[in-house]
Amino acid sequence: MNIQETITAKLNSAFTPEFADVVNESNLHNVAPGSESHFRITLVCESFEGTRLIQRHRRVNDCLQSELANDIHALALHTYTSQEWATRQNKTPDSPDCLGGEK
Amino acid sequence: MSVEAKIKDQIENNPIILYMKGSPQAPQCGFSAQTVQCLMGCEERFAYVDILTNPEIRATLPAYANWPTFPQLFVDGELVGGCDIITEMYEAGELQTLIKGVATEE
Repeated sequence: MNIQETITAKLNSAFTPEFADVVNESNLHNVAPGSESHFRITLVCESFEGTRLIQRHRRVNDCLQSELANDIHALALHTYTSQEWATRQNKTPDSPDCLGGEK
Repeated sequence: MSVEAKIKDQIENNPIILYMKGSPQAPQCGFSAQTVQCLMGCEERFAYVDILTNPEIRATLPAYANWPTFPQLFVDGELVGGCDIITEMYEAGELQTLIKGVATEE
């Protein structure tokens, strides 16, 4: 499994999300072609109900601890309850453009 | 002073402090730039630390804060979050309330 598939499998197993999308955005950054360093995750999950964003992000960070320590350089994270996701009309915000600083 | 003590000191003595890549005037990363835009939109003064020129802080803060990525915004000694959280809070008007509340206490 590549890193993208590993991330997807871990999220599905830990959260049983209503919707999960893992996008490899590494090609938008100053890294070698084919890299798996920059990801954007959208996760829609009932268990986020009544929790603050920082708690949701901490749960995802815990789930991906090994990948964050070893593989992932940047992670954009969008976590919603079903209702919030519906309010957003099932759209995730775009990640900011790379400014090329250090990799 | 250990790096942990230095970080603790910075967070305790600056009610609004952003750990970022680059400076607010010249951010070196899109996530840091977007976070700065949100903070500037709150129209209050804030402190910042450029982790690119402070590699010891860059190496130590993720474990200290139990947060793996940068930027990291601390308000009143507590981690508020990174770029995605700050942006969502700003768009909801929550960041402005939090920042103004802290700035008023000063």
